[in-house]
Parts: sequence; structure tokens; C-alpha cells
Amino acid sequence: MPKTEVYNDQVVRLFLLAAAVWGIVGMSVGVWIAAELAWPFWNFDVPFLTFSRLRPDHTFGVIFAFGGSALMGTCYYVVQRTGHTRLAWPKVANFTFWGWQLICVLAMVTMPLGITQSKEYAEPEWFIDILIAIVWVAFGAVFFATLARRRIRHIYVANWYYGAFIIAVGLLHIVNNIAVPVSLWKSYPVYSGVVDAMVQWWYGHNAVAFFLTAGFLGMMYYFVPRQAQQPLWSYRFSIVNFWALISIYMWAGSHHLIYTALPDWVQSVGMAFSLVLLMPSWGSAANGLLTFNGSWHRLKSDPAAKFMVIALVFYAASTFEGSMMAIKTVNALSHYTDWTVAHVHSGSIGWVAMITIGSLYAMAPRALGRPAMHSTPAMELHFWLHTIGVLLYVLAMWTAGVTEGLMWRATNPDGSLTHAFIDSLIKIKPMYTVRWLGGMFVLAGMVVMAWNLWHTAAQARAKLITPIPVPIPEPEAAQTPAPLPAMG
Amino acid sequence: MAGGYKYFEAIEKRALLLGVFTAIMVSLGGLAEITPIFMAAHAVKPTLGLKPYDPLRLAGKDIYVREGCYLCHTQMIRALRAETQRYGAFSTAEESVFDRPHQWGSKRTGPDLARVGGKYSDDWQRKHLLDPRSVVPESNMPAYPWLSQALVDGPDIQARMRTLRLLGDPYSDADIEGAAAAVSGHTEMEALVAYLQGLGIANEAGGVSANRQEGTP
Repeated sequence: MPKTEVYNDQVVRLFLLAAAVWGIVGMSVGVWIAAELAWPFWNFDVPFLTFSRLRPDHTFGVIFAFGGSALMGTCYYVVQRTGHTRLAWPKVANFTFWGWQLICVLAMVTMPLGITQSKEYAEPEWFIDILIAIVWVAFGAVFFATLARRRIRHIYVANWYYGAFIIAVGLLHIVNNIAVPVSLWKSYPVYSGVVDAMVQWWYGHNAVAFFLTAGFLGMMYYFVPRQAQQPLWSYRFSIVNFWALISIYMWAGSHHLIYTALPDWVQSVGMAFSLVLLMPSWGSAANGLLTFNGSWHRLKSDPAAKFMVIALVFYAASTFEGSMMAIKTVNALSHYTDWTVAHVHSGSIGWVAMITIGSLYAMAPRALGRPAMHSTPAMELHFWLHTIGVLLYVLAMWTAGVTEGLMWRATNPDGSLTHAFIDSLIKIKPMYTVRWLGGMFVLAGMVVMAWNLWHTAAQARAKLITPIPVPIPEPEAAQTPAPLPAMG
Repeated sequence: MAGGYKYFEAIEKRALLLGVFTAIMVSLGGLAEITPIFMAAHAVKPTLGLKPYDPLRLAGKDIYVREGCYLCHTQMIRALRAETQRYGAFSTAEESVFDRPHQWGSKRTGPDLARVGGKYSDDWQRKHLLDPRSVVPESNMPAYPWLSQALVDGPDIQARMRTLRLLGDPYSDADIEGAAAAVSGHTEMEALVAYLQGLGIANEAGGVSANRQEGTP
């Protein structure tokens, strides 16, 4: 009798653990630097604790360490389940785990020491960038090799998003980080001035598009139908949105440079594409939300589903906000202010973190060989801590941002400026305190999740897990796909 | 509808095809927007009478980069009335042509610095960096006291200038030769202050006023 093929959930569990740890680390740094802005005392005059040295640790920690671990873990989980096959190349898959963790540790240690490219969201120096490229190619190889050995001919849409995430992030990372080293600790980018700004925001905006959107949409397209326990509202709609999203996003980066020295036509193209981008963004959000039609009652009993629904609402809200902020007149007010910070965090703590937490709660029991999470009340508590936290954060930063924007442009009847710059800082300082408090709520929720995961993983820790066999589909002559759903 | 869909199905069932189409679709935006600017930047460079950073200001710029000042300070005055009133003439592309990476920034927790040069005295800048609240009581900027304790490393600056020359910055052999002496004995604080005091002044071709009139009929 042939040996039964089982899913490789070992590497998924490792990424799950890493995501929980990095989530707490990245958000702790965030809370710390939020405190520094409210009370500069917290800088302690120590170089590596100073705000400007530490902020990259927050962004890298939550985006690449927390988000990256969650994305790679769920990607490996989803590609196996949707293809009815075991993960290809287990050793390479393990290498991607340990390689990614090494990258995260190296980056988080070197950046506060001043070893940084100071390219926003791409701060790690050249030697770490090379490691990232190597691990990323290995990650792509495992993913596509697994797709190649799938037993279901049709490639489920979640994999399209994961695939686009892998391809685009690889491209962005390599192009943006081309640099010539001076020494091990210092390099200069090949681009300078306006070209560097354009490349940087093409990268920066699409890191949002493909790391923080496409990847997490892959997560959404698998775990939302799973948790709603019904099929996607419209499969064809998800595919239309896929092509629209991946092609339009790449044009929108220049909206970060409106009214700057970037040629005007590029600014206008960026603004136009940002407006069009609203359609596939809302398309995906609507598709996810409508998938819950008929099973809304599950929200009463399942906090994971609740996280997903609020995540989709935040996704719709922040993509609408993003498109509006790309309009030149709105951008004139919002740019350089804390409104941008509010927008980023409604996207990241609202959409990204909540869809991740929902998906982790959905995936963890299955990957850890348990019927459910250890404690449902703890999930409920986490949901409320997180929701209150994100609302406090976003409301505070919206208020601060609009205040700054209005104060910077206010003029007296004679045409002179009304406020000195420092006046705007004095005005918004209370908001910096509220923002710190919001961050504390979100962090507290993450600690609750870590506690819950630890107990859910009791059997995994005792190595008592029975691997899950891969269901082998009945052989079909041509594997004709199921009939397409009716239009509309 | 159903007839045309069969061609699309081919993509949905072939991972390679899906990957190739995805790669094409994600490449278009960047190619359309970055390539022309990249070409234009290379065409424009030689006509400028700009000088690259002198050794001390280069050291200062790299300290600015190392400390992450770009996270709270922009160097990009937008072409908007309230901005030019507050900070001076709007920034132009050639002013940052030697900035690797660019320091335009994205957030103003503190004010824009594109034309901060000469706005305050050297002494004010030093005091401000050592203890911001001693000169601006309401400031939330961190202090950078360690800058006045570290010396700029001459051979390191020479290595940096050689790399920059490789990338196209017009440094002569004599420039690089003299760099070690030019920075010798200077602290990182002095280098950073020299950099700040040059912003909006030393990165102009023929001074601010001449530059502003270019192209005006």
C-alpha cells in the first residue's frame, strides 16, 4: 500500500509562531515610538532608542516580520489545501522560514545602529537586501512548484493573489534596492534625486499594493469563504478584480509626490489611476462581505468571522480614503500631515492586521490539530481591544492631520501666515497621547492572542499532532470544471 | 460570453501562463512612469553647473541619512502658496540631483528643511541638536548629543567619494585626495551643521535668484 500523503503543516506552524512573536515585537516598538512623539523623554538620549533610529524597526517589524511571516505561513497552508497536494521541496520551505527569520533579526538589529539605506520601507542595507532576494526567490520556487504538482486543475483565485504578491514584491524589491556598496555597512543607491523619489514611491506604494493588499487578499479569498462556510459570492468578479487591481496599482505610486519636483504629467497619471483603483478595491471588499450573505448569524458565535468582516469594512474605508487623498486638491491639505499616518494605520491595523488575526484564528486550530481555539472569550476580548484601539488611533490621527493641514495654510486678512509651525505641534500634542493609548489597546489584544495560541498549541508542543492526509480527488478524464455560476 | 471564456480558462489552469501574464501586467506602470524620468535625468545632468557635496557636507548628509531625519523632516517645498510663503521658493529637481537616496521625505512632524541653510546661526543649530527644548521649549524632537563626541573619518569619506564618482558624481582626483584633510578634526556635529547650513544655498546652480529666473521669458 502506498504511503498516505499528508499536508506539510510543520512549516505553517513555525510561521504562525513567528507571526505571533513579531506582531508583539513590531507593535511594542510602535507603542514606544508613539510615546516618544508624545513625551520626548522616552528617547533617553540613547542613539538606538531614538525615534528616528527606531521607527524603521516598527515599520519593518509589523510589515515584513509580522505580515511577512503571516503571509508566507498562510500561503503555504492555502496552496496545499486548494491544490490537494503536499508542499513541494520541504527543505527549501524550511530554508525560507529560517532565512526570513534571520533577515528580520538582522534588519531589526542593524537599523537602530544606524546601518540603514534610509529609503522609506526599504531601510535594510545591501547585504540584507541580497538575503531577502535569495529567500524570496526560494519562496516563489516552493509556491510555484507546489502549484505545478496540484491535483485540482483549476488554480483557485487565492493563489493568483499570492502569486502576484510573490512576483511583484520580488520585482519591486530588486529594482528599488540596486545600490553600490562603499563598505559592509554603507551603500549608495544608483538612483538620485527625482529618479530615486519616483523609484522609491513606485516601490513604497506597491509594497502596500502587493505586500499589504494582494497577499492579504489571497488570505481573504481562502479564509473568508471558509469561515462563512459558503462559496465566494462571485468567483468571476474576483478574477476581474484581480487583473484590474494588479495592473492599475503599479501606476498609482506617483500620488505620493504630488506638487513636488516630479514632472507634472506623472503626478496626474498617478492621480487618475488612483481614482480608478477604487473600483477593484471596492470590488474585492464587496465580494468578501457579500460572501457572508446568509451566514451573518455566524458573527454572533465566531470572533474570527467578526475580525474578517471588520477588516473588509476597513479595507473599503481606507481604499476610498486613499483614492480621495490622491486627488491633488485633497493631497495639498493631507500630504506631510498625520492624516497620512491615520490612513496608513486604518489600512494596516484595520484591514491587514484584522484579516490576519481572523485568518490565524481560523487556521491555527486546524494546523495545530485541535477542534477550536483554546478560548473563545479571549478571542472576543481580543476583538474588542483591537477595535477600540484602531478607532482611537485613527480618530486621533485624522483630527491631528486635518488640524495640521488647516493650520499650515491659514492666512490672515493681509495674506500673511497665521501660525508658526510649532503652533500646529502644540495643538495636536493631546492627539499624540490618544494615539499612544490606541496603540496600547491593540498591543494588549496581541498579547491575549499569543496567550490563546500558546494554549491551543499544547498538543503541538508535546508533539502529539497527527498529520492531516491530503484528500486525493477521484481521477477524471478531462477534469472539466464545474459549470460557471449564473451571471450576476 | 461563454464562448470567449474558454480562452481565459487556459490561464486559470496553467500556473506558468498565469505567472507570465501577472508579471507583464505588474510591469507596465513602472515602465511607463520610471523610464522617461530616468532617461530625462540622464540627459539633463551634464548641462547643470552644480557642484557635488564638499567632503564635510557629504559627511553631514550621510549623518542626516544615518540618523533617519527624513522620517520627520521633508526637503521638498511644494508649489503651493502657503508652502512658498513659509519655506521659500518651491523645490526643483536639480537641487537634489546629488542626493542618494533623495531626502524629500513624506511627513512633517518638524518643518521642511529644503531652505533651512542660513536661517539660524551655527550656534543655534548646535544647541538645537544637543537639546532641542533648550531653544524650542515645545519641541518633541529627540536630542542627538552623541554627534559632538564622534569625529568624521577621513579615509571613509574618501571611499564614499570614490563610490559616488563611480555612480557619476563629478569628483576630481584632487577633490578626493584633499577630502581627508578637509574633514580632519571635525566632529559629526560640525559636519551635520555644515550640511544643514548649505541646504537651499550650496545646492543651487549660480545661487537661488539666478536659478529662479531660468526659463522665464
